[in-house]
Amino acid sequence: MTRRVALAVAAALVVPALAGCGEDADDRPTLTVLAAASLTSVLEELAEDFEAEHDVTVQLSFGGSADLATQVAEGATADVVATADPITMDLLVDAGLVDGDPVELATNTMVVVVPPANPGNVEGLADLAREDLRVVVCALEVPCGNAAALLAEEAGVSLARDSEEQSVTDVLGKVESGEADAGLVYVTDAVAAGDGVESVPVPEAARVVNHYPVAVLEDALQPALARAWVDFLLDEGLPVLAEAGFGPPGG
Amino acid sequence: MSLVVDVQVADRDVDVSFEVAAGETVALLGPNGAGKSTTLDVVGGLLRPDGGRVVLEGEVLTGAGRWVAPHARRTALLAQDPLLFPHLSVLENVAFGPRSRGAGRAGAREAARRWLAEVGATDLADRRPARLSGGQAQRVAVARALAADPRVLLLDEPMAALDVSVAPVLRQLLRGVLAERTAVVVTHHVLDALLLADRVVVLEGGRVVEQGPAVAVLSRPRSAFAARFAGLNLVAGTATADGLRRPDGTVLHGTAGDPAPATGSDAVAVFRPSAVAVHRVPPGGSPRNVLPVRVDELEPLGDVVRVRAGELAADVTVSAVAELGLAPGQEVSFVVKATEVDLYAR
Amino acid sequence: MSRTRHVGVPRWLLVPALLAGAFVVLPVAALATRISWADFPSLVTSDAALTALGLSLRTSAASTALCLVLGVPLAVVLARSGARWLGPLRSLVLLPLVLPPVVCGIALLAAFGRRGLLGEHLDALGVQVAFSTIAVVLAQTFVSLPFLVVSLEGALRTAGERYDVVAASLGAAPTTVLRRVTLPLVLPGLASGAVLAFARSLGEFGATVTFAGSLEGTTRTLPLLIYNLRVTDADAAVAMSLLLVAVAVVVIGLVRPRGAV
Repeated sequence: MTRRVALAVAAALVVPALAGCGEDADDRPTLTVLAAASLTSVLEELAEDFEAEHDVTVQLSFGGSADLATQVAEGATADVVATADPITMDLLVDAGLVDGDPVELATNTMVVVVPPANPGNVEGLADLAREDLRVVVCALEVPCGNAAALLAEEAGVSLARDSEEQSVTDVLGKVESGEADAGLVYVTDAVAAGDGVESVPVPEAARVVNHYPVAVLEDALQPALARAWVDFLLDEGLPVLAEAGFGPPGG
Repeated sequence: MSLVVDVQVADRDVDVSFEVAAGETVALLGPNGAGKSTTLDVVGGLLRPDGGRVVLEGEVLTGAGRWVAPHARRTALLAQDPLLFPHLSVLENVAFGPRSRGAGRAGAREAARRWLAEVGATDLADRRPARLSGGQAQRVAVARALAADPRVLLLDEPMAALDVSVAPVLRQLLRGVLAERTAVVVTHHVLDALLLADRVVVLEGGRVVEQGPAVAVLSRPRSAFAARFAGLNLVAGTATADGLRRPDGTVLHGTAGDPAPATGSDAVAVFRPSAVAVHRVPPGGSPRNVLPVRVDELEPLGDVVRVRAGELAADVTVSAVAELGLAPGQEVSFVVKATEVDLYAR
Repeated sequence: MSRTRHVGVPRWLLVPALLAGAFVVLPVAALATRISWADFPSLVTSDAALTALGLSLRTSAASTALCLVLGVPLAVVLARSGARWLGPLRSLVLLPLVLPPVVCGIALLAAFGRRGLLGEHLDALGVQVAFSTIAVVLAQTFVSLPFLVVSLEGALRTAGERYDVVAASLGAAPTTVLRRVTLPLVLPGLASGAVLAFARSLGEFGATVTFAGSLEGTTRTLPLLIYNLRVTDADAAVAMSLLLVAVAVVVIGLVRPRGAV
């Protein structure tokens, strides 16, 4: 008898809990967005507006572009993916995982960051060849490293790198803490870092522009909402992106 | 005096004072918690007393602002477990002391072989301790302790962990070893105290309650513990062909124990009070010893009554006491079979 | 060991026990299914792979040596000294075991980084830790030290002090006791502790990436290379993962058969 009661109680507790994992209690549809980590603050702000407008729950999941591509390729259920470079997006397009063509959301350029007060007296990209400085960049395998290498090549500067970091955050962390005298990051990252770092303008940067494509996924559960979200980003989203340091699409 | 011990350990409520003459072996007796091991630890330098001193051969080891580290005391310890170093061969175990005291490898081994021969364990030299029996291991431990050339040997119940069948052999070995040595032996066993020690110091509640020559203390205990501890009848005398002649001329027949006494030498007869029957009239029959005694007191001990008469005691039932009408002052005969009496060399 | 008698375990226990075993073995085995075996030899013998493996082995050996030099005295003091202030120290030494590796890296930066407590003075002396191989060794030692200390301290406590007491009574000075009795008796515990430390060093990632950075030949150990490659060259990453698994299995196998771990 008591055992039956216990089972009933357990069921009563567990079943709604399980159900809660899948759907919101108020039955609002959920839009799942995978996005490059550099878009975090912008998309979080925009998602709130979009949720209010469309009566939807936007679930954001941020990561490195490559990680996102891996997740989609491994079968993660999502509606929209926004990467920080066309290469990883192309991987998804080639794999037939994207519905239609990706569209460009924003652009981003590189900037040299230095610790506050600029202890290494870095005045431009050329200084990053100085052996006496500790220079950190992203690893070649990640988009920001790829962009940094391209920029250095374009500018004819041989980077005296002391470390190739896994992500922009790692580069910023090492510059902010003063471990490194200079680093190469995106303008948006430098903006987001606030007073933690100082930016040294790099005129050559305009020659290497990084593009942010966004696409609706083939297996999207909410294709209509997904498209609405993309449109929303390209319209109301642009000023917010600009404020964060992003350049306009097609720039 | 070779060893002077006069120490106080407050948190264990120990305040003990005794002396050991050069070449003398003193047995520390007492119930658990009486302070025996504490005393041994203080002598060995494993425990700092709150007050008092330990003086060995005129050197202050503990006390008067001095403290000699355990390894510099030359007070070798032989514990209940042999504690042979398992990663060293028997020979290396015995050579450990000489090596530690600065001997070269070859010299230490040479000394180790000598001591192994001394304890009759030469053939064990190359074995690992794990491959020794308990008796063999303790034998090697004795050799190891001696090889360290101690000024005083500290033995902490050296036979407690041994089989009863092995104990006599080791006891015999220790008798030889301790004969001319300064030593302190903690023991629970009446035979060990009797056979190994010249003198007995009885501890109770952290205090010395009784001390004196071993036979005297054990056969006529004044302290409660010694009385319980001894519990046995011990009769000293001179060995005869099949028994023991008491100083008063009476002969006690018995069987030879291990170590067996040689005729004419000092010996001690040992038998349990429960093996003694009490008769009002001396009975006949040859294999029995008949000892005329005068009852001193009757002490109830659980189911039985211990009848004390001089240095002897007999355990009889309550109904027997009534039947015999036993009372202090009465003349009776203590009767014990010769097969119940063990004779040991002293 | 062989004398241990068993009363048997409940049979149902086998089910979760096997599940637990499978839970550990399955992902590692699954790794092997991702391998393109034809390319495997060339993938694991690429310059980048060999450089990273060599760096991993060298730094792990160095950090294990450092763990022994620092950890053995610490374990002996923790196990043998009765001093009160050692209690908190014992807990603190375990911290790297429970801290996220990235926190370890940040903490190391705070101490040895350019603007860290000690780093500032080291910098003045011309010793630059950050972005150097030394930083890798420091990070590995930091996270591995508890393994050695815990393993050895446990062995020392189990062994007890009885043999030490006997050795001292035989005239052995404290250093002789340590050298000839205490340490030889805990040799299996010491060995397993050293192997655990080596294995932990070999697998160290988070603290290294935070504290030491990542540069081929200097600070990019095998785990860092794998993390780098997992995106652009997944095949190589998987192959090198398997290489790391193989090295780890060999290392653990060195002590496991004697039942010392």
